[in-house]
Amino acid sequence: MSAVSTTYYTEDHEWIRVENGVATVGITNYAQEQLGDLVFVDLPTPGATTSKGDTLVVVESVKAASDVFAPIDGEVQSVNEALTAEPGLVNSSPEGDGWLWSMSIADESQLDGLIDADAYQKTIA
Amino acid sequence: MSESESLKQLPLKAMHERAGAKFAPFAGWEMPVSYPLGVLKEHLHTRERVGLFDISHMRLIDVRGTDAARLIGASCPVEAAGQAIGASKYTFLLNEHAGIIDDLIVTRLADDRFMIVANASRAAVDESHLRDIADGMDVALTALDRVFLALQGPQAAAVMESTGLEAGDLGFMSGFEPRPGWFVTRSGYTGEDGFEIALPLDRAEAFAENLVRDERVEWIGLAARDSLRLEAGLCLYGNDLDEETDPASAGLIWAVPKSLREGGPYAGATRLAGIIAAGPAEKRVGLQPEGRQPVRGGTELTDADGKPAGRITSGGFGPSVGHPVAMGYVRADLAQPETTLFADVRGKQVAMRVVKLPFIVKRSQKG
Repeated sequence: MSAVSTTYYTEDHEWIRVENGVATVGITNYAQEQLGDLVFVDLPTPGATTSKGDTLVVVESVKAASDVFAPIDGEVQSVNEALTAEPGLVNSSPEGDGWLWSMSIADESQLDGLIDADAYQKTIA
Repeated sequence: MSESESLKQLPLKAMHERAGAKFAPFAGWEMPVSYPLGVLKEHLHTRERVGLFDISHMRLIDVRGTDAARLIGASCPVEAAGQAIGASKYTFLLNEHAGIIDDLIVTRLADDRFMIVANASRAAVDESHLRDIADGMDVALTALDRVFLALQGPQAAAVMESTGLEAGDLGFMSGFEPRPGWFVTRSGYTGEDGFEIALPLDRAEAFAENLVRDERVEWIGLAARDSLRLEAGLCLYGNDLDEETDPASAGLIWAVPKSLREGGPYAGATRLAGIIAAGPAEKRVGLQPEGRQPVRGGTELTDADGKPAGRITSGGFGPSVGHPVAMGYVRADLAQPETTLFADVRGKQVAMRVVKLPFIVKRSQKG
Protein backbone atom coordinates (compact mmCIF):
# COMPACT_ATOMS: atom_id res chain seq x y z
CA MET A 1 0.00 0.00 0.00
CA SER A 2 1.51 3.29 -0.95
CA ALA A 3 1.31 5.94 1.70
CA VAL A 4 -0.82 8.98 1.05
CA SER A 5 0.77 12.10 2.41
CA THR A 6 -0.65 15.54 2.95
CA THR A 7 1.54 18.58 3.53
CA TYR A 8 0.37 21.44 5.70
CA TYR A 9 2.05 24.75 6.51
CA THR A 10 2.01 27.30 9.32
CA GLU A 11 2.34 31.06 9.19
CA ASP A 12 5.51 30.55 11.26
CA HIS A 13 7.11 29.08 8.11
CA GLU A 14 6.98 25.41 9.06
CA TRP A 15 5.81 22.51 6.92
CA ILE A 16 4.12 19.41 8.37
CA ARG A 17 3.95 16.26 6.24
CA VAL A 18 1.37 13.76 7.54
CA GLU A 19 1.86 10.17 6.50
CA ASN A 20 0.40 7.08 8.19
CA GLY A 21 -0.64 9.09 11.23
CA VAL A 22 2.85 10.53 11.78
CA ALA A 23 3.73 14.21 11.27
CA THR A 24 7.19 15.15 9.99
CA VAL A 25 8.10 18.79 10.59
CA GLY A 26 10.62 21.17 9.07
CA ILE A 27 11.05 24.79 8.04
CA THR A 28 10.18 26.14 4.61
CA ASN A 29 12.57 27.24 1.91
CA TYR A 30 11.50 30.82 2.58
CA ALA A 31 12.40 30.41 6.26
CA GLN A 32 15.87 29.03 5.55
CA GLU A 33 16.51 31.87 3.10
CA GLN A 34 15.61 34.39 5.77
CA LEU A 35 17.76 32.69 8.43
CA GLY A 36 20.84 32.20 6.28
CA ASP A 37 23.46 29.50 6.80
CA LEU A 38 22.67 27.38 9.84
CA VAL A 39 25.54 26.29 12.07
CA PHE A 40 23.67 24.42 14.80
CA VAL A 41 20.28 22.75 15.29
CA ASP A 42 19.20 22.14 18.88
CA LEU A 43 16.97 19.03 18.58
CA PRO A 44 14.50 17.64 21.12
CA THR A 45 14.70 14.22 22.77
CA PRO A 46 12.58 11.46 21.22
CA GLY A 47 9.73 10.59 23.58
CA ALA A 48 9.25 14.19 24.70
CA THR A 49 5.61 15.25 24.77
CA THR A 50 4.88 18.65 23.39
CA SER A 51 1.97 21.04 23.00
CA LYS A 52 1.13 23.24 20.06
CA GLY A 53 3.13 26.49 20.35
CA ASP A 54 5.98 25.06 22.49
CA THR A 55 9.51 25.82 21.33
CA LEU A 56 10.75 22.41 20.27
CA VAL A 57 13.81 23.18 18.16
CA VAL A 58 16.20 26.12 18.05
CA VAL A 59 18.00 26.74 14.76
CA GLU A 60 21.14 28.85 14.99
CA SER A 61 22.70 30.81 12.16
CA VAL A 62 26.09 32.53 12.36
CA LYS A 63 24.28 35.58 13.69
CA ALA A 64 21.20 34.53 15.67
CA ALA A 65 19.08 31.81 17.25
CA SER A 66 15.48 31.26 16.12
CA ASP A 67 12.75 29.15 17.69
CA VAL A 68 10.79 26.47 15.83
CA PHE A 69 7.43 25.73 17.46
CA ALA A 70 5.45 22.52 17.75
CA PRO A 71 2.61 22.99 15.22
CA ILE A 72 0.33 20.47 17.03
CA ASP A 73 0.18 18.43 20.27
CA GLY A 74 1.94 15.05 20.27
CA GLU A 75 5.00 13.04 21.20
CA VAL A 76 8.38 13.37 19.46
CA GLN A 77 9.13 10.08 17.70
CA SER A 78 12.42 10.73 15.95
CA VAL A 79 14.78 13.60 15.21
CA ASN A 80 17.01 14.18 12.19
CA GLU A 81 20.37 13.14 13.68
CA ALA A 82 22.15 14.04 10.40
CA LEU A 83 21.73 17.71 11.32
CA THR A 84 24.15 17.33 14.26
CA ALA A 85 27.05 16.93 11.86
CA GLU A 86 25.55 18.85 8.96
CA PRO A 87 23.15 21.62 10.00
CA GLY A 88 23.48 23.07 6.49
CA LEU A 89 21.10 20.33 5.23
CA VAL A 90 18.29 22.61 6.40
CA ASN A 91 19.56 25.22 3.92
CA SER A 92 20.28 22.88 1.03
CA SER A 93 17.16 20.71 1.38
CA PRO A 94 14.69 22.36 3.77
CA GLU A 95 11.69 20.24 2.76
CA GLY A 96 13.69 17.02 2.23
CA ASP A 97 16.90 15.86 3.96
CA GLY A 98 16.73 18.91 6.20
CA TRP A 99 13.59 17.78 8.09
CA LEU A 100 13.75 18.42 11.85
CA TRP A 101 11.61 15.92 13.77
CA SER A 102 8.65 13.54 13.47
CA MET A 103 5.83 13.31 15.99
CA SER A 104 2.56 11.57 16.77
CA ILE A 105 -0.67 13.46 16.27
CA ALA A 106 -2.56 13.70 19.58
CA ASP A 107 -5.55 15.52 18.15
CA GLU A 108 -6.32 15.17 14.41
CA SER A 109 -8.61 18.20 14.56
CA GLN A 110 -5.58 20.47 15.13
CA LEU A 111 -4.55 19.75 11.53
CA ASP A 112 -7.62 21.70 10.40
CA GLY A 113 -6.06 24.81 11.91
CA LEU A 114 -3.04 24.57 9.58
CA ILE A 115 -2.90 26.08 6.11
CA ASP A 116 -2.26 24.51 2.69
CA ALA A 117 0.54 25.31 0.25
CA ASP A 118 -1.47 27.93 -1.66
CA ALA A 119 -2.47 29.77 1.49
CA TYR A 120 1.14 29.64 2.72
CA GLN A 121 2.46 31.04 -0.57
CA LYS A 122 0.07 33.98 -0.15
CA THR A 123 1.50 34.75 3.30
CA ILE A 124 5.03 35.15 1.91
CA ALA A 125 4.07 36.83 -1.39
CA MET B 1 6.30 57.07 10.84
CA SER B 2 7.44 53.47 10.43
CA GLU B 3 10.85 52.33 11.59
CA SER B 4 12.23 51.98 8.07
CA GLU B 5 11.23 55.57 7.23
CA SER B 6 13.12 56.93 10.21
CA LEU B 7 16.28 54.93 9.44
CA LYS B 8 19.18 56.65 7.73
CA GLN B 9 19.91 55.29 4.27
CA LEU B 10 23.35 54.56 2.82
CA PRO B 11 24.26 56.70 -0.21
CA LEU B 12 25.01 53.47 -2.14
CA LYS B 13 21.76 51.75 -1.12
CA ALA B 14 20.61 51.21 -4.72
CA MET B 15 23.89 49.45 -5.45
CA HIS B 16 23.39 47.09 -2.51
CA GLU B 17 19.83 46.40 -3.67
CA ARG B 18 21.12 45.52 -7.14
CA ALA B 19 23.66 43.19 -5.48
CA GLY B 20 20.75 41.38 -3.78
CA ALA B 21 21.46 42.51 -0.21
CA LYS B 22 19.16 41.78 2.70
CA PHE B 23 18.81 44.82 4.96
CA ALA B 24 18.27 45.28 8.69
CA PRO B 25 18.41 48.22 11.08
CA PHE B 26 21.71 48.83 12.89
CA ALA B 27 22.56 51.91 14.97
CA GLY B 28 19.84 53.95 13.27
CA TRP B 29 20.84 52.94 9.74
CA GLU B 30 19.34 50.52 7.28
CA MET B 31 22.36 48.31 6.64
CA PRO B 32 23.12 45.39 4.28
CA VAL B 33 23.31 42.34 6.57
CA SER B 34 24.13 39.77 3.92
CA TYR B 35 24.26 39.23 0.20
CA PRO B 36 23.24 36.20 -1.91
CA LEU B 37 26.63 34.56 -1.19
CA GLY B 38 25.47 34.06 2.42
CA VAL B 39 27.14 34.85 5.75
CA LEU B 40 29.40 31.78 5.91
CA LYS B 41 30.83 32.20 2.43
CA GLU B 42 31.10 35.98 2.83
CA HIS B 43 33.16 35.43 5.98
CA LEU B 44 35.42 32.81 4.38
CA HIS B 45 35.82 34.87 1.21
CA THR B 46 37.16 37.78 3.27
CA ARG B 47 39.74 35.53 4.94
CA GLU B 48 40.78 33.97 1.63
CA ARG B 49 40.51 36.84 -0.85
CA VAL B 50 38.95 40.31 -0.45
CA GLY B 51 35.72 41.56 1.08
CA LEU B 52 34.20 44.99 0.40
CA PHE B 53 32.11 46.49 3.22
CA ASP B 54 30.00 49.63 3.14
CA ILE B 55 30.68 51.25 6.51
CA SER B 56 29.28 54.69 5.63
CA HIS B 57 27.25 54.56 8.85
CA MET B 58 30.48 55.25 10.76
CA ARG B 59 31.17 58.90 11.51
CA LEU B 60 34.22 60.75 10.23
CA ILE B 61 35.01 63.83 12.28
CA ASP B 62 37.55 66.31 10.95
CA VAL B 63 39.37 68.09 13.82
CA ARG B 64 41.17 71.24 12.72
CA GLY B 65 42.86 74.17 14.47
CA THR B 66 45.97 75.15 16.42
CA ASP B 67 44.53 73.29 19.45
CA ALA B 68 43.65 70.08 17.53
CA ALA B 69 46.36 68.02 19.25
CA ARG B 70 45.46 69.55 22.59
CA LEU B 71 41.82 68.52 22.16
CA ILE B 72 42.74 64.93 21.20
CA GLY B 73 45.16 64.70 24.13
CA ALA B 74 42.53 66.04 26.54
CA SER B 75 39.89 63.58 25.30
CA CYS B 76 41.79 60.34 24.71
CA PRO B 77 44.67 58.51 26.41
CA VAL B 78 47.07 59.12 23.50
CA GLU B 79 50.22 61.21 23.12
CA ALA B 80 48.55 63.40 20.53
CA ALA B 81 51.20 66.13 20.54
CA GLY B 82 53.87 63.60 19.65
CA GLN B 83 51.75 61.56 17.23
CA ALA B 84 53.49 61.39 13.86
CA ILE B 85 51.70 62.81 10.83
CA GLY B 86 50.14 59.83 9.06
CA ALA B 87 49.95 57.66 12.19
CA SER B 88 46.59 56.11 13.19
CA LYS B 89 45.92 55.18 16.82
CA TYR B 90 43.22 52.97 18.28
CA THR B 91 41.95 54.82 21.35
CA PHE B 92 38.83 55.79 23.30
CA LEU B 93 36.86 58.69 24.68
CA LEU B 94 36.65 58.18 28.44
CA ASN B 95 34.27 59.63 30.98
CA GLU B 96 35.44 60.80 34.43
CA HIS B 97 35.07 57.22 35.76
CA ALA B 98 37.32 55.93 32.95
CA GLY B 99 34.25 54.35 31.35
CA ILE B 100 34.50 54.05 27.58
CA ILE B 101 32.23 56.55 25.80
CA ASP B 102 33.37 55.20 22.42
CA ASP B 103 36.32 53.46 20.81
CA LEU B 104 37.91 55.33 17.91
CA ILE B 105 40.64 55.42 15.32
CA VAL B 106 42.41 58.78 15.38
CA THR B 107 44.74 59.65 12.50
CA ARG B 108 47.00 62.69 12.42
CA LEU B 109 46.89 64.37 9.00
CA ALA B 110 48.84 67.58 9.72
CA ASP B 111 50.25 69.53 12.68
CA ASP B 112 46.81 71.09 13.15
CA ARG B 113 44.57 68.29 11.78
CA PHE B 114 43.28 64.94 12.98
CA MET B 115 40.61 62.62 11.60
CA ILE B 116 38.44 60.66 14.01
CA VAL B 117 36.52 57.56 12.95
CA ALA B 118 33.68 56.97 15.43
CA ASN B 119 30.95 54.36 15.82
CA ALA B 120 27.57 55.18 14.30
CA SER B 121 25.70 54.41 17.51
CA ARG B 122 27.88 56.83 19.49
CA ALA B 123 28.53 59.61 16.95
CA ALA B 124 26.15 62.16 18.48
CA VAL B 125 27.38 61.48 22.03
CA ASP B 126 31.02 61.68 20.88
CA GLU B 127 30.53 64.99 19.12
CA SER B 128 28.84 66.62 22.07
CA HIS B 129 31.51 65.26 24.47
CA LEU B 130 34.32 66.56 22.23
CA ARG B 131 32.64 69.97 21.87
CA ASP B 132 32.41 70.24 25.67
CA ILE B 133 36.13 69.58 26.04
CA ALA B 134 36.91 71.89 23.07
CA ASP B 135 35.18 74.84 24.74
CA GLY B 136 37.60 77.77 24.67
CA MET B 137 40.09 75.99 22.39
CA ASP B 138 41.03 77.07 18.88
CA VAL B 139 39.64 74.00 17.14
CA ALA B 140 36.79 73.24 14.71
CA LEU B 141 34.97 69.88 14.58
CA THR B 142 33.26 68.93 11.32
CA ALA B 143 31.31 65.74 10.69
CA LEU B 144 32.02 64.73 7.09
CA ASP B 145 29.55 63.45 4.52
CA ARG B 146 31.37 60.63 2.79
CA VAL B 147 30.90 57.16 1.49
CA PHE B 148 33.13 54.97 3.63
CA LEU B 149 34.25 51.56 2.39
CA ALA B 150 36.41 48.85 3.94
CA LEU B 151 38.45 46.57 1.72
CA GLN B 152 39.65 43.61 3.78
CA GLY B 153 41.52 40.39 3.10
CA PRO B 154 44.88 38.94 2.12
CA GLN B 155 44.58 40.26 -1.44
CA ALA B 156 43.34 43.73 -0.40
CA ALA B 157 46.70 45.38 -1.12
CA ALA B 158 46.81 43.89 -4.61
CA VAL B 159 43.27 45.08 -5.33
CA MET B 160 44.10 48.49 -3.89
CA GLU B 161 47.00 48.77 -6.36
CA SER B 162 44.51 48.53 -9.25
CA THR B 163 42.63 51.61 -7.99
CA GLY B 164 45.56 53.96 -8.58
CA LEU B 165 45.29 55.32 -5.02
CA GLU B 166 48.98 54.62 -4.26
CA ALA B 167 48.18 53.24 -0.84
CA GLY B 168 50.45 50.23 -1.25
CA ASP B 169 53.30 51.72 0.80
CA LEU B 170 50.98 52.63 3.66
CA GLY B 171 51.99 50.78 6.84
CA PHE B 172 49.34 49.16 9.01
CA MET B 173 47.63 51.76 11.26
CA SER B 174 48.52 54.75 9.14
CA GLY B 175 46.54 56.98 6.83
CA PHE B 176 46.64 59.78 4.28
CA GLU B 177 44.51 61.86 1.92
CA PRO B 178 45.27 60.68 -1.62
CA ARG B 179 43.00 63.31 -3.23
CA PRO B 180 40.98 66.26 -1.93
CA GLY B 181 38.00 64.90 0.02
CA TRP B 182 39.44 61.37 0.18
CA PHE B 183 40.85 59.68 3.29
CA VAL B 184 42.50 56.25 3.33
CA THR B 185 43.90 54.24 6.24
CA ARG B 186 45.45 50.82 6.33
CA SER B 187 43.35 49.29 9.08
CA GLY B 188 40.20 47.29 9.59
CA TYR B 189 37.92 45.25 11.74
CA THR B 190 38.44 41.70 10.51
CA GLY B 191 41.93 40.66 11.64
CA GLU B 192 43.04 40.76 8.01
CA ASP B 193 45.20 43.22 6.15
CA GLY B 194 43.10 45.91 4.55
CA PHE B 195 42.09 49.50 3.98
CA GLU B 196 39.33 51.88 4.94
CA ILE B 197 38.53 54.38 2.20
CA ALA B 198 36.41 57.51 2.64
CA LEU B 199 35.51 59.33 -0.55
CA PRO B 200 33.11 62.00 -1.86
CA LEU B 201 29.56 60.84 -2.58
CA ASP B 202 29.73 61.76 -6.28
CA ARG B 203 32.76 59.53 -6.84
CA ALA B 204 31.67 56.59 -4.73
CA GLU B 205 29.46 54.57 -7.03
CA ALA B 206 32.00 54.43 -9.87
CA PHE B 207 34.77 53.57 -7.41
CA ALA B 208 32.78 50.78 -5.75
CA GLU B 209 31.57 49.42 -9.13
CA ASN B 210 35.17 49.23 -10.23
CA LEU B 211 36.12 47.29 -7.09
CA VAL B 212 33.31 44.72 -7.32
CA ARG B 213 34.06 44.14 -10.99
CA ASP B 214 37.37 42.68 -9.77
CA GLU B 215 36.75 38.93 -9.50
CA ARG B 216 38.68 38.80 -6.20
CA VAL B 217 36.19 41.16 -4.51
CA GLU B 218 32.74 40.39 -3.03
CA TRP B 219 30.33 42.61 -1.09
CA ILE B 220 30.25 41.52 2.56
CA GLY B 221 27.39 42.33 4.93
CA LEU B 222 27.19 43.31 8.57
CA ALA B 223 26.60 39.73 9.79
CA ALA B 224 29.94 38.49 8.45
CA ARG B 225 31.61 41.71 9.64
CA ASP B 226 30.49 40.68 13.13
CA SER B 227 31.74 37.08 12.92
CA LEU B 228 35.05 38.27 11.41
CA ARG B 229 35.70 40.79 14.20
CA LEU B 230 34.67 38.28 16.89
CA GLU B 231 37.15 35.68 15.61
CA ALA B 232 39.76 38.46 15.59
CA GLY B 233 38.96 39.25 19.25
CA LEU B 234 37.91 42.83 18.43
CA CYS B 235 35.33 44.64 20.54
CA LEU B 236 31.92 45.84 19.36
CA TYR B 237 30.80 48.99 21.16
CA GLY B 238 27.45 48.37 22.85
CA ASN B 239 28.22 44.64 23.26
CA ASP B 240 31.76 44.39 24.63
CA LEU B 241 32.33 48.02 25.59
CA ASP B 242 30.11 50.61 27.22
CA GLU B 243 30.31 53.52 29.65
CA GLU B 244 30.54 51.08 32.58
CA THR B 245 33.60 49.40 31.06
CA ASP B 246 37.13 50.76 31.47
CA PRO B 247 40.15 50.02 29.22
CA ALA B 248 41.89 47.90 31.90
CA SER B 249 38.92 45.55 32.35
CA ALA B 250 38.47 45.42 28.58
CA GLY B 251 42.07 44.25 28.09
CA LEU B 252 42.82 47.32 25.99
CA ILE B 253 45.64 48.82 28.07
CA TRP B 254 48.01 48.06 25.17
CA ALA B 255 46.34 51.05 23.48
CA VAL B 256 47.27 53.38 26.38
CA PRO B 257 50.91 54.58 26.20
CA LYS B 258 52.92 53.68 29.34
CA SER B 259 53.47 57.38 30.06
CA LEU B 260 49.69 57.87 30.41
CA ARG B 261 48.89 54.90 32.66
CA GLU B 262 49.66 56.71 35.91
CA GLY B 263 47.85 59.88 34.97
CA GLY B 264 47.64 62.43 32.19
CA PRO B 265 45.74 65.38 30.75
CA TYR B 266 42.84 63.25 29.44
CA ALA B 267 39.38 62.82 30.99
CA GLY B 268 39.25 59.77 33.27
CA ALA B 269 43.06 59.66 33.74
CA THR B 270 43.01 59.59 37.56
CA ARG B 271 40.38 56.88 37.75
CA LEU B 272 42.10 54.76 35.07
CA ALA B 273 45.41 54.99 36.97
CA GLY B 274 43.58 53.81 40.10
CA ILE B 275 42.05 50.82 38.32
CA ILE B 276 45.40 49.87 36.78
CA ALA B 277 47.10 50.07 40.21
CA ALA B 278 44.43 48.02 42.01
CA GLY B 279 43.84 45.61 39.13
CA PRO B 280 40.41 45.37 37.49
CA ALA B 281 37.71 43.28 39.23
CA GLU B 282 36.66 41.75 35.90
CA LYS B 283 38.56 41.03 32.71
CA ARG B 284 37.52 40.53 29.12
CA VAL B 285 38.47 37.05 27.88
CA GLY B 286 37.86 34.75 24.96
CA LEU B 287 35.45 31.90 25.66
CA GLN B 288 35.07 28.73 23.65
CA PRO B 289 31.91 26.69 24.17
CA GLU B 290 32.35 22.93 24.35
CA GLY B 291 30.57 21.30 21.41
CA ARG B 292 28.77 22.94 18.53
CA GLN B 293 26.18 25.05 20.35
CA PRO B 294 26.75 28.80 19.90
CA VAL B 295 26.36 30.77 23.14
CA ARG B 296 25.17 34.31 22.52
CA GLY B 297 25.84 37.71 24.06
CA GLY B 298 23.87 38.40 27.25
CA THR B 299 24.28 34.85 28.64
CA GLU B 300 25.30 34.75 32.31
CA LEU B 301 28.26 32.61 33.41
CA THR B 302 28.81 30.64 36.60
CA ASP B 303 31.96 29.05 38.03
CA ALA B 304 32.44 25.40 39.02
CA ASP B 305 30.68 26.09 42.35
CA GLY B 306 27.66 27.64 40.64
CA LYS B 307 28.60 31.16 41.77
CA PRO B 308 28.23 34.15 39.40
CA ALA B 309 31.37 34.36 37.26
CA GLY B 310 30.52 37.00 34.65
CA ARG B 311 28.68 37.24 31.37
CA ILE B 312 29.10 36.75 27.66
CA THR B 313 29.07 40.00 25.69
CA SER B 314 29.48 38.62 22.15
CA GLY B 315 28.94 35.08 20.97
CA GLY B 316 28.32 33.24 17.75
CA PHE B 317 29.90 30.85 15.32
CA GLY B 318 33.37 31.28 13.85
CA PRO B 319 33.27 30.07 10.24
CA SER B 320 37.08 30.12 9.85
CA VAL B 321 37.79 28.23 13.07
CA GLY B 322 34.77 25.94 12.54
CA HIS B 323 33.40 26.12 16.07
CA PRO B 324 31.40 28.50 18.24
CA VAL B 325 33.30 31.50 19.62
CA ALA B 326 32.52 34.04 22.31
CA MET B 327 33.99 36.73 24.50
CA GLY B 328 32.88 38.19 27.76
CA TYR B 329 33.79 39.59 31.14
CA VAL B 330 34.71 37.26 33.99
CA ARG B 331 35.90 37.72 37.57
CA ALA B 332 39.64 38.48 37.54
CA ASP B 333 40.38 35.25 39.50
CA LEU B 334 38.73 33.22 36.71
CA ALA B 335 40.40 34.95 33.75
CA GLN B 336 43.29 32.48 33.34
CA PRO B 337 43.23 30.49 30.07
CA GLU B 338 41.90 26.93 30.45
CA THR B 339 39.56 27.90 33.31
CA THR B 340 36.20 26.19 32.77
CA LEU B 341 33.02 28.20 33.31
CA PHE B 342 29.39 27.36 32.62
CA ALA B 343 26.69 29.06 30.58
CA ASP B 344 23.00 28.36 30.89
CA VAL B 345 21.56 27.95 27.39
CA ARG B 346 17.82 27.32 27.44
CA GLY B 347 18.15 25.26 30.61
CA LYS B 348 21.21 23.29 29.45
CA GLN B 349 24.62 23.83 31.06
CA VAL B 350 27.27 24.47 28.40
CA ALA B 351 30.92 24.33 29.51
CA MET B 352 32.94 27.34 28.34
CA ARG B 353 36.72 27.32 28.29
CA VAL B 354 38.59 30.59 28.84
CA VAL B 355 40.94 31.03 25.87
CA LYS B 356 43.39 33.63 24.62
CA LEU B 357 42.13 36.08 22.02
CA PRO B 358 42.14 36.20 19.04
CA PHE B 359 40.69 32.90 17.81
CA ILE B 360 42.49 33.28 14.47
CA VAL B 361 46.05 34.19 13.59
CA LYS B 362 45.78 37.84 12.64
CA ARG B 363 47.34 38.90 9.38
CA SER B 364 47.04 42.56 10.19
CA GLN B 365 50.48 43.62 11.41
CA LYS B 366 49.20 45.64 14.37
CA GLY B 367 45.97 46.28 16.19
